[in-house]
Amino acid sequence: MRFMMLMIPKGYESAAPGAMPDVKAVEKMMKYNESLQKAGVLLALDGLHPPSAGARISFAGGKPKVSDGPFAEAKEVLGGYWMIQVKSKEEAIEWASRCPGSDNEIIEVRQVQELADFPDDIQQVAGRYPEMQAQARKG
Amino acid sequence: MTAPDTHRAIEAVFRIESPRLIAGIARIVRDVGLAEELAQDALVTALEKWPDSGVPDNPGAWLMATAKNRALDRLRRGKLAERKHEELGRETIARQDATGVGFEEALDDELGDDLLRLIFTACHPVLSTESRVALTLRLLGGLSTEEIGRAFLTSEATIAQRIVRAKRALADANVPFEVPRGEELGRRLASVLEVLYLIFNEGYSATAGDDWMRPALCEDALRLGRILAELAPQEPEVHGLLALMEIQASRAGARVSTSGEPVLLLDQNRALWDQLLIRRGLAALARAEALGGAGGPYALQAAIVACHARALTAEETDWPRIAALYAVLAQRAPSPIVELNRAVAVSMAFGPAAGLALVDALADEPSLRGYHLLPSVRGDLLAKLGRSAEARGEFERAASLTRNARERDLLTARAAACAAADLA
Repeated sequence: MRFMMLMIPKGYESAAPGAMPDVKAVEKMMKYNESLQKAGVLLALDGLHPPSAGARISFAGGKPKVSDGPFAEAKEVLGGYWMIQVKSKEEAIEWASRCPGSDNEIIEVRQVQELADFPDDIQQVAGRYPEMQAQARKG
Repeated sequence: MTAPDTHRAIEAVFRIESPRLIAGIARIVRDVGLAEELAQDALVTALEKWPDSGVPDNPGAWLMATAKNRALDRLRRGKLAERKHEELGRETIARQDATGVGFEEALDDELGDDLLRLIFTACHPVLSTESRVALTLRLLGGLSTEEIGRAFLTSEATIAQRIVRAKRALADANVPFEVPRGEELGRRLASVLEVLYLIFNEGYSATAGDDWMRPALCEDALRLGRILAELAPQEPEVHGLLALMEIQASRAGARVSTSGEPVLLLDQNRALWDQLLIRRGLAALARAEALGGAGGPYALQAAIVACHARALTAEETDWPRIAALYAVLAQRAPSPIVELNRAVAVSMAFGPAAGLALVDALADEPSLRGYHLLPSVRGDLLAKLGRSAEARGEFERAASLTRNARERDLLTARAAACAAADLA
């Protein structure tokens, strides 16, 4: 089963655009990432720029409305994620527990839904995607 | 945490730690069987202590220290002498006594190398294939004998016995705990890759039983493949095999219908293919090719599955390229199965008649006698040529040969469809 470990750094919601972690923290984190990689569980990982450099799109009344970051109402924001493949939720929790996190950081562990988990009708809808792409290319 | 929660948490820790634990201890005691026993002892101790004391901050180090102490006890009690490891034991103890930290160093140094040694030992050619598979899953996959039994539809007792016999065989043959060098390395690496791919394939198209796939086994093989790619990054075929497994696994969700029937490659809903695994597979293939390994048998097979992965629709598949890759593969690693696959590719690229000619050349191949895919492919080509009556006979024969229930249903349905076409 696949899990996402979502990194939620407190304070990142108000970090300035271009804010960077310090070298020491990155060093420790790289060692941790390496341990995930060496154990054969790491599928993907990314870090995210702070929300002040991003935007939110809301859909009230079915109309997209864009607000630029930072988002005053946001209490917790993502700083990055790891995608891991493990045998159990307990194993995912154990890996998350090994992260050299600091006082302000929280990791949320969430199992990834796989498309094949969905019922037939949803799979059918998703299945039209390549056709649509092929159509688009033919123009 | 409740007691069962703690128990599961400990199992998770053990699954993560056990390969490194066994590898680290095996380096000291020079006996993987004993190393596994000592690791198990450490787990039992953890299961006794942790529910009360809580899981320690560094559970891996705790387990290693515990197993290390057990190893030390054994060495001191001279148990190793009985196992004809007297000299090595003395040497290890001497080192320990001389430096006081010998064990620590032996454990921390080159843990990766120890894991690699463990993989080569578990996949040693002195063992039967089924023993290699069971031992690899046990020692490196961290699976229990019960889990291995379930995966291979065998009883736990059978697997446990198989593992005991395998450990004894390694000890009897005095198999050294080391990474082979020179010419030996190529042969031994081939054995390791074969074991990983066997595990993967048993999960990918189960040879027996009611389920078409056992995804957990695919994931175990992939995890081992990813570990191996980290341990032996300079070996192109390791990346080739990893690429092959990643890309094949990317289709797992599309290969089975919601009712459990197998769905053939060209009928699959490609939106269900896992793009993350495809991306990883293509990257691994690129690595194999960059290391000069494009012509390796696994890299070639990976290049073939990559052609499918790159095609957004079945119609866009580059069949001439696939047929060309199979032609190279047939030269590099000739086998009737490769030839059969080449026939399929040729039929897709140049028409069913061209493919049928290649299949018919395989009719008397002794190793394919009893192999259900030969009549299955022949039936498919005959059906495409409009020779429904002959096609029906082939599908019926294929259905009678397969041991997989789901596949049998599919083949029986195709035979029935041919019968209907024949009447029309």
